[in-house]
Amino acid sequence: MILTLHGSGPVGVRGNVVRLDAMKAFYVHAELDRDRAETEHMTAPAASKRPFRWHIAIFLAPAVLVYTAIMILPLFGTLQLALFRNIAQSQVFVGLDNFRTLFGDPNWSVNFWNALRNNVWFFIIHMLVQNPIGVVLAALLSSPKLHFSAFYRTAIFIPTILSFVIVGFAWKLILSPLWGVAPNLLDLIGLKSLFTPWLGKEDYALTTLGLISVWQFIGIPMMLIYAALLSIPDEVIEAAECDGVTGMAQFWKIKLPLILPAIGIISILTFVGNFNAFDLIYSAQGALAGPNYSTDILGTFLYRAFFGFQLQVGDPNMGAAIATMMFLIILVGVCIYLFLIQTRLRRYQF
Amino acid sequence: MNTKLLTAILLGSSVLCSAGAAFAQDATLTIESWRNDDLAIWQDKLIPAFEAKNPGIKVVFSPSAPTEYNAALNAKLDAGSAGDIITCRPFDASLDLYTKGKLADLTSLSGMENFSDVAKSAWTTDDGKATFCVPMASVIHGFIYNKDAFDQLGITPPATEDEFFAALDKIKADGTFVPMAMGTKDLWEAATMGYQNIGPNYWHGEEGRLALLKGEQKLTDPQWVEPFATLAKWKPYLGDGFEAQTYPDSQNLFTLGRAAIFPAGSWEISVFNTQAQFKMGAFPPPVKKAGDTCYISDHTDIGIGLNAASKSPDAAKTFLTWVASPEFAEIYANALPGFFSLNSTPVKMADPLAQEFVSWRDKCKSTIRSTYQILSRGTPNLENETWVESANVINGTDTPEVAAKKLQDGLDSWYKPAK
Repeated sequence: MILTLHGSGPVGVRGNVVRLDAMKAFYVHAELDRDRAETEHMTAPAASKRPFRWHIAIFLAPAVLVYTAIMILPLFGTLQLALFRNIAQSQVFVGLDNFRTLFGDPNWSVNFWNALRNNVWFFIIHMLVQNPIGVVLAALLSSPKLHFSAFYRTAIFIPTILSFVIVGFAWKLILSPLWGVAPNLLDLIGLKSLFTPWLGKEDYALTTLGLISVWQFIGIPMMLIYAALLSIPDEVIEAAECDGVTGMAQFWKIKLPLILPAIGIISILTFVGNFNAFDLIYSAQGALAGPNYSTDILGTFLYRAFFGFQLQVGDPNMGAAIATMMFLIILVGVCIYLFLIQTRLRRYQF
Repeated sequence: MNTKLLTAILLGSSVLCSAGAAFAQDATLTIESWRNDDLAIWQDKLIPAFEAKNPGIKVVFSPSAPTEYNAALNAKLDAGSAGDIITCRPFDASLDLYTKGKLADLTSLSGMENFSDVAKSAWTTDDGKATFCVPMASVIHGFIYNKDAFDQLGITPPATEDEFFAALDKIKADGTFVPMAMGTKDLWEAATMGYQNIGPNYWHGEEGRLALLKGEQKLTDPQWVEPFATLAKWKPYLGDGFEAQTYPDSQNLFTLGRAAIFPAGSWEISVFNTQAQFKMGAFPPPVKKAGDTCYISDHTDIGIGLNAASKSPDAAKTFLTWVASPEFAEIYANALPGFFSLNSTPVKMADPLAQEFVSWRDKCKSTIRSTYQILSRGTPNLENETWVESANVINGTDTPEVAAKKLQDGLDSWYKPAK
């Protein structure tokens, strides 16, 4: 009995279904980057006829084949699955009917919009909390006056390499009203009255989980921006100092414009990561993403639809339809970034 | 390491058995199961008892991991490599196998008469005509209490709802114990240990459940809303921060002696016996007025059936008839206190807590969880929604009426009762 109730689903398999959307988005992203790089940097090739360069194809083959087999084909498989429906034990082509159900049938659409809304809020938390704090931490770390910066860097980065499951369970325990340290710590500073069972309250649960995720992943924007800050040549900084631009003004006027492209990349990574999120919610709140679906995001919604839960039988076709929507949302987001934002970012070459 | 050991044991036993079969003729039966926890019980107790009575039939218990069982079994059945005896999940998973012709019809198996219709309901076709698995075990819902705490406070196990809440008030006023150990974080506690535990008294067990299936009653009828209303009254008696209290939290709260009452399922018995340092007792869900008929959730959980493609169906039937016998019931129920035999013949059990639970079968009427048969086939899934709504009612997010209406609306959207 206990076993059936607590049996966890095959999370790994789902990983492929969703991640391939992300990878596809990256793929598009990388390809566009490469195209632009080519047009920018390559001079027009000599018009003379060269023999076909087989070695390029051969060198590309292993990566292309593996990528196609485990990423591109499953992606199209998912898209195709979304157009079929299981009727009387056989897969029947139904066109866009699954999407009509997803958006037209209130039993599905209410859940979908709820999941999307929660997902957007989850993303906003990351953008408002994780990335600004990441920038500040990186700026502090890169300050030459700071001692033990290697220690801080490592300490802040460590949670990133922890498993979601560990993070989920550890925070569940920390925040537990029965055995957690959070109530005691608050008591020590006289703020016990502020404690509520955050993960169990509809109003706070999602925000709490968002902040846990920020705690876990703050190291990534910090590291990327730290690297970007280090790559700013000393001459530029010295020139600024000669012109009397120091301290905060130096950060705002010199450093920030120079790290904007890195911040852009981080934003898009955050976006893709958040809209594919699943693990933390699943390990902390379970597949039903309680209380009252308040922490349900697209990933958990997809999981329930695709694999089923308890007595609910999985419906791979509807699951694929949701996965397709996630893919489209991410694709649109990435495109907006690439075409509207990144093209306007000024890059500096030193 | 464990898996290796298990594989070694299995491999060893299958080699031995096939060698034995070569000499002793007849049949070797392989049992497919997800209960790998029960391996020792089968090998040390059940199989020797059967083989002693039936020389010539060898039995091998071959379990797989619970989470993989359904998928692995389906694959093996399709490939024709599945064992002769199949352990049956309740309801739709097994029904699906039967309609596909993978499980044999056992309606006329001798020994089937030992089981009531409720016991067989989990493995019977929707029209009630064919039964395809022998019911093996069920779990019973009720309340386990801390006897020492009750003695200390001078409380006797409550029989009616008024007594129940009076007892809770008394425990709360005293302040030593958390009156009731239950949380709403994991959702299913609220539904399974809450709604499905106390509900049968309101909807009169099978009477209400079948009426719901036939469409004669609605989840918005008073007898289905009242359990929600009672659940809502539990809120003040739960521990601080119950909204974030998980199922293991509740178990620990109770076994550490910090809570007085635990809304339970009988599968807790063996866990609690090893962990709790105090005396425990149990009482059935309280009835509304003294003298009312009581109803209990006696939920069918494990059955055992015959692979339709078995090469030795006669030997397999002999084995299944033995599984249906009181002898099997007695060995099984004693080895696994809390998993009760569904056999109509009363089973003698040594564990006092298990005895208490099973004694309710004599004075109360049995039913199964209302959402399990047929009603959880569609979307939205009634079982899942019941989890969410039960937690909502206790948290105060939804009123009992709103919760019931949501459930009925969800059910109406896909379920059309057969007229």
